[in-house]
Amino acid sequence: MNSPDIITSTKSFLDHLPVLQVLFPFAFAPLCVLFGHRKIALYITISACALAFVISLLLLRQVLIVGVVSYELGGWPPPVGIEYRVDFLNAFLLVLVSGMAFLTSIYLIGTMHAEIEEDKQTLFLTCFLLCISGLLGVLITGDAFNLFVFLEISSLSTYVMVAQGANKDKRALTAAFDYLVMGTIGATFFVIGIGFLYAATGTLNMYDIAERIREDLPNRTIQVAFAFILVGLGLKGALFPLHTWLPKAYSFSPTPTAVFLASTATKVAIYAIIRFLFSVFHSHPSMLESVLINIVMPLGILAMFAAGGIAFYQRDLKRMLAFSSVSQIGYILLGVSFMSTIGLTAAVVHLFNHGISKALLFVCTGIIFLSFGSSFYKNIKGLGRRMPWTSAAFLIGGLSLIGIPGTAGFISKWLLVQAAIEQGSWLIVAAILISSLIAILYVWQVTEIMYFAKSPSTETKEYLGPSSFLIVWILAFSTVFFGLNTSFTVEYSSKAANLLMNNFTMEK
Amino acid sequence: MIQALVLKVITKLMVGFIILFALYVQFHGDYSPGGGFQAGVIFAAAFILYGMVMGLQNVERVLPPWLTHKLMALGVIIYTLVGIYSFFVGYNFLDYGALSPAHPEHGQHYGILLVEFGVGVTVAGVVISIYYAFVNRSKTSKEDE
Amino acid sequence: MIGDTLSQVGTLLATHSIYWLFIILMMTGFYIVVSRGNLIKKIIGLNLFQTSVFLFYISIGKVTGGTPPILPMKLKVDDFSVYSNPLPHVLILTAIVVGVATTALGLSLIIRIRESYGTIEESDLLEINRKIFSRENVQDLQQGDLFKDE
Repeated sequence: MNSPDIITSTKSFLDHLPVLQVLFPFAFAPLCVLFGHRKIALYITISACALAFVISLLLLRQVLIVGVVSYELGGWPPPVGIEYRVDFLNAFLLVLVSGMAFLTSIYLIGTMHAEIEEDKQTLFLTCFLLCISGLLGVLITGDAFNLFVFLEISSLSTYVMVAQGANKDKRALTAAFDYLVMGTIGATFFVIGIGFLYAATGTLNMYDIAERIREDLPNRTIQVAFAFILVGLGLKGALFPLHTWLPKAYSFSPTPTAVFLASTATKVAIYAIIRFLFSVFHSHPSMLESVLINIVMPLGILAMFAAGGIAFYQRDLKRMLAFSSVSQIGYILLGVSFMSTIGLTAAVVHLFNHGISKALLFVCTGIIFLSFGSSFYKNIKGLGRRMPWTSAAFLIGGLSLIGIPGTAGFISKWLLVQAAIEQGSWLIVAAILISSLIAILYVWQVTEIMYFAKSPSTETKEYLGPSSFLIVWILAFSTVFFGLNTSFTVEYSSKAANLLMNNFTMEK
Repeated sequence: MIQALVLKVITKLMVGFIILFALYVQFHGDYSPGGGFQAGVIFAAAFILYGMVMGLQNVERVLPPWLTHKLMALGVIIYTLVGIYSFFVGYNFLDYGALSPAHPEHGQHYGILLVEFGVGVTVAGVVISIYYAFVNRSKTSKEDE
Repeated sequence: MIGDTLSQVGTLLATHSIYWLFIILMMTGFYIVVSRGNLIKKIIGLNLFQTSVFLFYISIGKVTGGTPPILPMKLKVDDFSVYSNPLPHVLILTAIVVGVATTALGLSLIIRIRESYGTIEESDLLEINRKIFSRENVQDLQQGDLFKDE
């Protein structure tokens, strides 16, 4: 275990990056409780998020140099011990999650006092940090059971964060309870799946599992494990018919929670699905193919249409955005289900781009909510004149949701269409275009109310502190930036997709 | 508050033994069944028993709610510090061998003891906090009605 | 023919009894979560559901003829000594803690729900939520067309 050469070699700071990534938010969370004061806790939170963001960038650079970064916890080598393993896919998403966490923590400076009760702010921040460390842990770990533990750390703190909306609307409590029941069932399904995999292989390291199930012919245990894992993670990731917790949880939670959840939580669950599909079960291509084409693809398309249609009939910005999230998750799953490099690239890019644009939209909604006390359509009439900055940013986010050229959403939809053309399935191309039309409908409806309806008063009333202003425009800028300059997003995603598809095609 | 004398006397006798047993389970956890989780719960059980029989005010005088909150955080910090210590000696995170480089087996022993102690502190803090939270809640909701 | 099948089922029941127990418990728990309207009963069902999975994990750690995985210091461990797999137990210790946290959080949410809604029956809660929702929408309708001047 401890070979002498490890003892003599002193490790530098850079060698510990994978564990520091999770450790910073995790270790700073108890400090918040220990100091107890909400101001100090806020600064602790911001510094933890900033450190995590810096580390994720360093990790990305390291992955560019060496390819795969592996870290063994406790000095136990991988198949036995827990391994943290960073490749292109999770390095890319680590940047998204820690970046979003950093932006949310800055957004909290100006809005926390209005959204969260004063005596609960410290504990809210603690939960926020634990949630971040859970999500980062899910992304970084290479151990299947460790993934479950991190998933539950993030979910449990998310339930608490959602329930904090109760001081504005008591329905936040039932929303949090529903989320708790659904999330726990999902996590338990996932654990059953892991149990079957463990029974079949005797190992928990994902890459080791993949090695060991390779020799086996398709066997019942592995199929059952796959089904349980897919459904369990599908519940966490709001796969279409399993999404019912999501609209409630997003619309009744405090907006900082909604911003963070919408941009990261479901994305991380989908990352886990992609990871299991292409890094664990890739040795059973026929099983994967049948499930992806017969189940995931139809559900993805259904989500695009059904959730988009429901979003059109909402009368509340938050709910509209929540349903549009479900529909966007459909796009991501559609990209995954093509089982091609370009489809997977589209999925990963969309994870990133949608994360940014949805965060932008929720931040704007949060500002509207704080200015008018609610985010109903009836309250946002003529907002374009009353809150020019926020409305303009909202419009940019909305355009990205539709996929107008020049915004981030366009890039991922364009890749998705390319993937569909590559498969020769024109029906799916048509489906993507028509569902984009539905997105135009629900975004246009809001835009029309914002800019063309007469408002009861014309005074400008913008609840916009310097920090919220900064966040809105950083997000709006990056939505446009990643729509024009794709060198960062597409390059990394295609590298990730290539890596995953290599595993897959080798099996075929 | 319960007025039964027998209960009170027995509780006072029991609490000491329960805490002693908790400490036994805590510090023998590395060689026999037991460890931080179990010890923390047993430790908390002593306080919950005391609170149930003697009344909440009395147990809160011994262990005020703010202290249990700090205990929760303290345990996690102990755990993290053990992990971070091994960085500085050139090992991986949580490599207990770092605690005694000459004898890695001893390091394992110390490491488990320390980490389990952290776990015990946190679990005790959490369970007592949950108890306080629930009991205090019933008090306030009665006042509301 | 039928006799064969029956005996097959019999052996399956006998040799895999722990799995049957796991499945029955799991389905019982799941059924309670889905069918009961009382939120506390839902949490109990959720607990049962989780516990069945713990049972399953621990059962796969059992090695036939194996000793407990705690070995006395003095006893030499040779390569042929058979002991049960301790790893599932460790995993389940973690999962139990997760379960406890979930239960505590669920129950505290129930207390808050009881305080603000006055009920913990799901049907009543849905009714109240629906009323709030329709009140919001009625206000929306009363204001008439969103584009009309005020």
